[in-house]
Amino acid sequence: MPNMSQTKVPIPEQKPEIRAHNFEEVTLGYTEEMAVEEATRCLNCKHMPCVSGCPVNIRIPEFIKKITERDYEGAYQIIHTSSSLPAVCGRVCPQERQCESQCVRGKKGEPVGIGRLERFVADFHMQNAESPVQKPEPNGHKVAVVGGGPAGLTCAGDLAKRGYEVTVFEAFHVAGGVLMYGIPEFRLPKAIVQKEIENLKHLGVNIMTNMIIGKVFSIDELMEQGYEAVFVGSGAGLPRFMGIEGESLIGVCSANEYLTRINLMKGYKEGYDTPVLKSKAVAVCGGGNVAMDAARSALRMGAEHVYIIYRRSENEMPARKEEVHHAKEEGVEFLTLQNPVKILGDENGRVRAAVCQKMELGEPDASGRRSPVPVAGSEYELAVDTVIMAIGTSPNPLIRTTTEGLEANQRGCLIVDESMMTTKQGVYAGGDAVTGAATVILAMGAGKSAAQSIDEYIKNKS
Amino acid sequence: MFQIIKKKRLNSSVTLMEFDAPYIARKVKAGQFVIFRVDEQGERVPLTVADSNPEKGTITLIFQIVGRSTMKLDALNEGDAVADLAGPLGLPTELPEHAKNICIIGGGVGCAIAYPQAKSCFQKGLHTDVIAGFRNKDIVILEEEFKKNCHELILCTDDGSYGKKGFVTDALKERIENGIHYDAVIAIGPVPMMKFVCLLTKEYQIPTIVSLNPIMVDGTGMCGGCRVTVGGKIRYACVEGPDFDGHQVDFDELMHRNGTFREREAECRMFTQANKL
Repeated sequence: MPNMSQTKVPIPEQKPEIRAHNFEEVTLGYTEEMAVEEATRCLNCKHMPCVSGCPVNIRIPEFIKKITERDYEGAYQIIHTSSSLPAVCGRVCPQERQCESQCVRGKKGEPVGIGRLERFVADFHMQNAESPVQKPEPNGHKVAVVGGGPAGLTCAGDLAKRGYEVTVFEAFHVAGGVLMYGIPEFRLPKAIVQKEIENLKHLGVNIMTNMIIGKVFSIDELMEQGYEAVFVGSGAGLPRFMGIEGESLIGVCSANEYLTRINLMKGYKEGYDTPVLKSKAVAVCGGGNVAMDAARSALRMGAEHVYIIYRRSENEMPARKEEVHHAKEEGVEFLTLQNPVKILGDENGRVRAAVCQKMELGEPDASGRRSPVPVAGSEYELAVDTVIMAIGTSPNPLIRTTTEGLEANQRGCLIVDESMMTTKQGVYAGGDAVTGAATVILAMGAGKSAAQSIDEYIKNKS
Repeated sequence: MFQIIKKKRLNSSVTLMEFDAPYIARKVKAGQFVIFRVDEQGERVPLTVADSNPEKGTITLIFQIVGRSTMKLDALNEGDAVADLAGPLGLPTELPEHAKNICIIGGGVGCAIAYPQAKSCFQKGLHTDVIAGFRNKDIVILEEEFKKNCHELILCTDDGSYGKKGFVTDALKERIENGIHYDAVIAIGPVPMMKFVCLLTKEYQIPTIVSLNPIMVDGTGMCGGCRVTVGGKIRYACVEGPDFDGHQVDFDELMHRNGTFREREAECRMFTQANKL
């Protein structure tokens, strides 16, 4: 008899007033008892609507059933056949728009906490699994993966499982991509990311850091070195700015810069050399997950006031619900239906205020969301010393500008066909490099289907 | 890890280091830079490559000791290694088409970056003059290297303690006034120097390339810290530079933004000096 509670088993969290001042993980995860209790809420539907909502098609009801049987390692093995980074997805996927949005239990009450259960299983495996994953029999074929972020790592993992000799070329000093530089420690502990990467290494994936493909080797040179196919997962790139007055004042930066200094370079920690802006009052422009991450990081860096400035209303915010909820609990102040029009500096050229204009919602635009319309005469000065722009990025130009035959669309995103192959034979691409800034799980989905296509391509070739 | 093959102090605050970095050495061209990270706690710091030896698989960096990272780097010796060296980054220098007479201007430690430009132009068979400026005699670097890689070297010091007395702009102006024609000028040095060279060359309509050194974190086109205003537009020095048309660059903004962490740099210097006492 399923557990008919209409709400998810609550997940233990650090108290907002405490966690707003530390970088430790916000959500603490289910205990075994909680996980089993939540797992019994699953109706084990025959038509499995949740699976269709998952970009990598994890066999959700099957792994949940294993939890009810207290076979957590069995549950892990089921997830692992579809996902190379379960501990990551359980933490950062927008489940409310994917698997959980399809859950039958969500029609009356809350859906099953699929993300929380996935995380429990992955964490249990990390803490308890005895032998590392086995390295499969090599099949004698070599594939290069450009970029060690979620798309590249997933593609590498899936190919390695099929016996390919895979080398990941990572530009930074550490693999992980946005999981390392973008998503903060309090949402995704870096030790977990590195442990997932260690698992890939056990599968035989070779990771070379400090390798900037396009510069140190071209894609053609990789092919000449015997790589039969190349997957490009070079990620999002250049941050966008608003083009308003005052953006070159000291105290204005992109969310990428702010978060990289804190996450990748560990600027928040004693003993690390990378400086981070010391702010009293911070305005973060944007309403996505990156904006929430920047705002919550600013609080933890000691800011007294942190504002999210978003030009639409909260309904249109692209951020995960949980992030918005956590940010509010921690004290981030939401200034919705507002837009900065100018940034003002003091006599030393440092930010002293953002001039904001109020907006109201008009007709739906191309994205289907109601577009914001400025309210005349509504400008006011918001006293801040830091402005962080989290309004998106455009794809990294390094590969596209150094590889002949690789075509991109007007926005600079690589063009791929349904098999994820680019306009260059044997070169596949996926993730933000193709879609523009999107989510970790979509990048993983792309890496996964590219791996499938690469496997078929190489088999047909030989 | 990237091993230090050779270390040489060039003056009281400038050090030369040659690193074992075969992949970079094979590809790097004049004008490109690398990012180094001394150790696990270190910053990512961009430095333009001063020289390279593809056969030997080494690159040479010349740096001024200004902040924590360059202090830590300078504390290493031959045989030690840095954690990371990534590159080559940025675009190689591109001279205007058909340029035959080039004047390369270096200021202070900027001469370390002007040097590969001189070498590259000279080896291509272009007429290459170099104007190298320093505050005084004690900090002159690379004099011999320049002499071997240009047709004429004009060395100047602000106080006249060595070579010609005066600024690089005085020397350049004198040459132009004396009828020497340059198709292009490459100016590399402190931002104010580049600014004043560009004001001068603009008067004479000589295309001028400058190599910019804004704040950077990743160096691969991700953080946007290196944004500079060129011709009224935001440009990213790491992927679109570091060279830009000097007549279009907003130098005042660059100077200002480079001061973002200046207080911290000063603190680091004070702290290190206090520890030495």
